[in-house]
Amino acid sequence: MPHLLEVRDLEVKFALRSGDITAIDGASFTLDRGERMGLVGESGAGKSVTGFAIINLISKPGFISRGSIHFEGNEISAYSLDQMRKIRGNRISMIFQDPMMTLNPVYTIGFQMIETLQAHQNISKAQARAVSLDKLKKVYIPSPEKRLSQYPHELSGGMRQRIIIAISLLADPAIIIADEPTTALDVTIQAEIMDLLQELCERDRMGLILITHDLGVVSQVTEKIAVMYAGKVIEYGPTETVVHHPVHPYTIGLIGSIPGTIEPGKDLKQIPGMMPTLTNIPPGCAFNPRCELAADICTKKTPVFEEKQNGIMAACHMK
Amino acid sequence: MFAFIIRRILQAVVVMLVISLVVFAIQKQFGDPVRDLVGERVTPEERQQIADKMGLNDPFLIQYGRFVKNAVTQGDLGRSFLYNKPNLEVIVEHAPATIELVLGTSLIIMVLSLPLGVYCALKPRSWLSRFTMSFSTLGVSMPVFLTAILLIYLFAVHWRILPSYGRGETVDLFGNGIWMTGLLTIDGLKHLILPCISLSTLMLPLFIRLIRSEMMEVLETEYIKYAWAKGLSPRRVWLVHAFKNTLLPVITVFGVQIGIMFAFTLLTELVFQWPGMGFMFLEAVNRADLSLLIAYLVVVAALFVVVNTVVDILYGFINPTVRIAGTK
Amino acid sequence: MKTKLQQFKESYFLYSFRRDLVAMASFVVLVIFLFIAFAAPWISPMNPYDSANIDIMNSEIPPMWMDGGSIEFPLGTDNQGRDMLSTMFYGLRTSIIIGLGAVAIQAAIGIVLGLMAGYLGGKTDAILMRLADIQFSFPYLMVAIFMSAIFQVVFGAGSFEQMAIPLLTIIIGLSNWPMFARTIRASVMGEKNKEYVEAARVIGLPQRIIMFRHILPNALTSVMVISTIQVANAVMSEAALSFLGLGMPVTKPSLGSLIRSGQEYFFSGSWWITVLPGLWLVLFVLVINLLGDWLRDVLNPKLYKG
Repeated sequence: MPHLLEVRDLEVKFALRSGDITAIDGASFTLDRGERMGLVGESGAGKSVTGFAIINLISKPGFISRGSIHFEGNEISAYSLDQMRKIRGNRISMIFQDPMMTLNPVYTIGFQMIETLQAHQNISKAQARAVSLDKLKKVYIPSPEKRLSQYPHELSGGMRQRIIIAISLLADPAIIIADEPTTALDVTIQAEIMDLLQELCERDRMGLILITHDLGVVSQVTEKIAVMYAGKVIEYGPTETVVHHPVHPYTIGLIGSIPGTIEPGKDLKQIPGMMPTLTNIPPGCAFNPRCELAADICTKKTPVFEEKQNGIMAACHMK
Repeated sequence: MFAFIIRRILQAVVVMLVISLVVFAIQKQFGDPVRDLVGERVTPEERQQIADKMGLNDPFLIQYGRFVKNAVTQGDLGRSFLYNKPNLEVIVEHAPATIELVLGTSLIIMVLSLPLGVYCALKPRSWLSRFTMSFSTLGVSMPVFLTAILLIYLFAVHWRILPSYGRGETVDLFGNGIWMTGLLTIDGLKHLILPCISLSTLMLPLFIRLIRSEMMEVLETEYIKYAWAKGLSPRRVWLVHAFKNTLLPVITVFGVQIGIMFAFTLLTELVFQWPGMGFMFLEAVNRADLSLLIAYLVVVAALFVVVNTVVDILYGFINPTVRIAGTK
Repeated sequence: MKTKLQQFKESYFLYSFRRDLVAMASFVVLVIFLFIAFAAPWISPMNPYDSANIDIMNSEIPPMWMDGGSIEFPLGTDNQGRDMLSTMFYGLRTSIIIGLGAVAIQAAIGIVLGLMAGYLGGKTDAILMRLADIQFSFPYLMVAIFMSAIFQVVFGAGSFEQMAIPLLTIIIGLSNWPMFARTIRASVMGEKNKEYVEAARVIGLPQRIIMFRHILPNALTSVMVISTIQVANAVMSEAALSFLGLGMPVTKPSLGSLIRSGQEYFFSGSWWITVLPGLWLVLFVLVINLLGDWLRDVLNPKLYKG
């Protein structure tokens, strides 16, 4: 049975004055209806770019250089702007990181919600208003009628993010891509927002791609997880399995550095060194300078991304 | 919102008071109102008498108070030695010419700079954009008066299709002799063309660049990216979301630029012998009419203050975040 | 550790400069202009400010490539018999002296006040910025015109003439300092919260030293960009003032006054009195603006020009 979304060998490059650099060097994963996937990695690993690539919204001078993105049976990576428009905000919605910067400060919430609906469906303003109110209630916003005529700066960060989630639900999309949705919020609000997202996806059978660097959140909310390092997906599998039995040395190091996973009294593990920048990626396996298991082959040949054990796919010579 | 307006107006009043005080002090120190009133051929005793009667020997602050009161309640800004009329009357007579000049120029600027600026921001590498940007650097480097002279040569002397000086035929707009307008006659309009074009060559490059760079900055913001992510049409993203945010800083600049326009009308009026306030000002300088000069200063200052206040308030209406920020 | 010169040679600054033909060409032209202005007294055929050299019988001679022109006056003469070439050289010199001088004054006042406002904050900031705002709401040219006009009317044209250059420098300098103040203040407020400032404070350095020795060098890039614009503005202001008759006197003409005196003769044929100084002025301001544009692009990588 075909997947709802299938990304295969995705490659994204940035055309700079000095030449092209590769930002995403081969990413592959799938998503089905109602499935919740986490896309994890450090800042600069390429997770946001991957998220944007799916709806072809990579900041210039970035572009998709290779690979395929299959959605609802269509190859959308080469779609024109007009074709893509029908998908964005409609079949695939995206939630950005900072709700303050995402809403246009000079228009009311109602204005920004109604226009989204009217861009995709042939409905009247009154009908669009009704749908907007309905979605606002779904995200548990108090006094929704009042919110429609308010401006973004009049609301708190948590409320704004709820409204953004409501906007993403307006056209009843098949997938929501959430790019670090709670990073800019207070810790107490973070949990509420994550719970809300999980509830909505479960109830309406929406797919979720959660892009984050927070392993703790990912292990609670998602069913499967893709770990990215220096522009590549290096591990991919069911969340439970990846968290408790990671395969790739980087993932092992990552899991080992989370306070909750280590027995009390033991030291937290740290991975020495830093993730390379896009212009300094070492030959062979990008992780080899920091890897305990690195052998000669790791500095020469790029490891193949393939099935390893327990349903996990990883890219490593030594496992 | 109301508090914001009140504060702005109060600020304007304070500024006017300060300026009028400075100006009055200069006038007091260097001016000679007795001479302005009765000329040079009076004996010293008569001068003292007249000075007393005019209240010129009263304490400074009292005189200042009187000055302000007269100015505000009766529009009495002193008397012009040169024209032998009250200053305000002289200024008001010359005002319409300058106002029409500024109006015409603003129109040209708005009509040309908005579409061009937006276009240059949306398609920066098209030949029209490149051409416009290069031309604009040149435009900013050319002094207004030089452009004016060259335009006169081209259109009036060489091709002889437009007049080279003056306002042409004017018509009484309100029927009471106050506003002589050149806007209602073909001849008047023809005379208006070259001066307005000259004046606009200075501001056009500025506005095109401003609109372009503001728009480009706006286009890079998160909320525009989000608008794209919502699947809105390009026209909507550019003209509804991006444009309004671009317009806001542009409006404030426009307000300030109108002020600059008034400064440069001086140069244009000189070249075209345009009988406006600038021309009058230069005459006052040449003939050492300090009283008229001072009155002009006060009027112009008041004008700027009013324009700036109005622009600020308008800005507050359009940009909701300013109202709250201002009350902190 | 590389020397400063080596660092500069390898810097992005120089790299970008070398790749931009317009910037290089402008720079070369600017250097030529500066040389001419500096060496004017030695390289001009005659001194146009000395009335002993001027013979009214020589007036309105066309440039040497036209009929009636002569090699003695390569670019012709003005309506009083002055050699155009010499007057243009001297005029450029005057413009540059006033332009640079005025900007120096603007920068000095603006930087000091802007630093104080930005760093000390609070009441000082409020008062200084109010002042700047008020002056800012009046176009600087207008302020310069007013100051010049009042001076002339009050003290008479004669004394104005004698002190023309320093006076104009001061007038133009005073009229546009708010620009510098605002720019520096914005930069300073950005720098204020950085760690090196806090470190300096903790060590116990006096405010003056922190402001001038530590913060100022870091805030200078913003100043560099507006300096070029301001020099262009100052030169144009002087030209405008002279054109209005409120600038350089007729006996010591600058480019602006030449354009003015040439206006009446322009349409009757002696176009060179207006056009040549005009082109000269435009070229000068143009190269300054082009360099300023390039500088702005180099120092502000925010906008990716694609």
